[in-house]
Amino acid sequence: MGKDMSYEAVMGRNLEIMKKAIGIDYSKFEAGGIGFDYERMMRETGYELEEIQKIQAETGVGNTPIYELRNLTKLARKFAPKGKGARIFVKDEAANPSGSFKDRRAATSCYHAKRLGYKGVIAATSGNYGSAVASQAAMRGLKCIVVQECYDSKGIGQPEIIEKARKCEAYGAEVVQLTVGPELFYTFLVLLEETGFFNASLYTPFGIAGVETLGYEIATYFKEKEGRYPDVVVVTNAGGGNLTGTARGLLKAGAKDTKVIGASVNLTGLHMASDIHFNRKSFTTGHTGFGIPFATWPDRSDVPRSAARPLRYMDRYVTVGQGSVFYMTEVLAQLEGLERGPAGNTSLAAAFKIAQELDEEQIVVVQETEYTGAGKHINAQLTFAKENGIEVLIGDPKDEIPGKNIILPKDPGYISVEEIDLNKTRSSYIRNCIKYFNVDRVSEEDISFLAEDTKSDEKFVKEVLDELGIKY
Amino acid sequence: MDAKKGDWVRIHNIVLEAGKRAPNVPEDTQKVPLEMWVKGFLLDEAANIGDRVQIETYIGRKVEGTLVEVNPYYKHDFGKCVPELLYIGKQVRDLINEDGE
Repeated sequence: MGKDMSYEAVMGRNLEIMKKAIGIDYSKFEAGGIGFDYERMMRETGYELEEIQKIQAETGVGNTPIYELRNLTKLARKFAPKGKGARIFVKDEAANPSGSFKDRRAATSCYHAKRLGYKGVIAATSGNYGSAVASQAAMRGLKCIVVQECYDSKGIGQPEIIEKARKCEAYGAEVVQLTVGPELFYTFLVLLEETGFFNASLYTPFGIAGVETLGYEIATYFKEKEGRYPDVVVVTNAGGGNLTGTARGLLKAGAKDTKVIGASVNLTGLHMASDIHFNRKSFTTGHTGFGIPFATWPDRSDVPRSAARPLRYMDRYVTVGQGSVFYMTEVLAQLEGLERGPAGNTSLAAAFKIAQELDEEQIVVVQETEYTGAGKHINAQLTFAKENGIEVLIGDPKDEIPGKNIILPKDPGYISVEEIDLNKTRSSYIRNCIKYFNVDRVSEEDISFLAEDTKSDEKFVKEVLDELGIKY
Repeated sequence: MDAKKGDWVRIHNIVLEAGKRAPNVPEDTQKVPLEMWVKGFLLDEAANIGDRVQIETYIGRKVEGTLVEVNPYYKHDFGKCVPELLYIGKQVRDLINEDGE
């Protein structure tokens, strides 16, 4: 008798399928309430930093160059108050084998899959992670399937995602392409069950631990070259793994005072599961459509407990407009001779403004770049935007309305960041925990977990619980 | 006959019919099916576009679906000229050269 393959039946087997496909028994780390033992999960199922450095070195991942963006710093100082305008550096993650920092996550996932004897890996991703897994799988002799959300109901594909499909196929992977919708997860589960492959999730402890080397390399580089750690590291934030891994790596190197700032492209008003909105955005990652939901509910991912917990490490969270990121992508090419992005340049656009708030001798690091190419290029994205009825204007980015227009800043002085109130984000996360676990009372352990998981304190957590009428 | 055994083809399937989508998806998405495309080598002796066929994907998985394309290729590119971008390089170069070198 064949298994029941209906949507409901397969979704119902989620936990069972995941246990086989990841090889982690997440229940071991549960504390019976809202909280779980995050550090123990990272320790017992991940890898030590030195092991990861070795694993990544085997497949040419990491130790990417860091460039000082002298011309960009000079430009930022033109618009900064006297004495302000920190030095801006970028870590050129595009120099990884498949062209992005995602190779770090894929390297550990594929190594782990191979070690456990899986024949292949599957990743549900429309982003650079797909090509990273395909590339690492090729190096490790594993089969690879990448499941993408790629088209709208008219069959029109986002050029950036189509390019990533091409890259996956170039590495010998099978690409399964779907139209818009979160039920992608159903297809993903069906494939995991059918093939018995490893779930190379973005959110496993090994995936996140793979990014720790990025933060570690940044910290040790600056300690060696400048005699101190950077003041600020700006991270493009979507699912939270980039930020979590980088921050953990900085801490492991001893950079305890370095501020970690998350930056996302502002796509407020566009629904990520909407067929109509799908092709009205010019960024398929690094945006608020992932950044906010994953910050306020990290366990929405494809594993029972996500190792990516951005609120745990974030000191500040800002957004920038699509037009500003496109502008900075052009500036990076024209002033620094680096043609990268565009999506990975979200943190660059934010760093340009943040540098203007800091003193001249301070250091701001943009912690990634990504490769550029057909489809994922400013001209390709802006052409596609125009074809989908989006107006491309030059003016004040403050007037940008996601899904209606893209506003290129009139001059660099118009580039600004918008603050996300982190306390509101933290409250939403706590509210979601209460809702998900459906409790009217929380334990002392839960309170201390929530304080840690939101980088706040027990007083803050108790205030939120009081507002929600939850006893403790 | 559009394709013969061994040809590299693309097939299409409906995963979930319109109206049978997950309850949490927005209204516009509810109204359309969840569709899927996969590529592989044709296993049938011969087929025409629109036929139900079986393929073997590049990694060796067998999948059934409707034949939609033979020798599929990528059509994405670097886009058209975007005149709106042309001021940026000149503007920032002029700005950093204002003081003279």
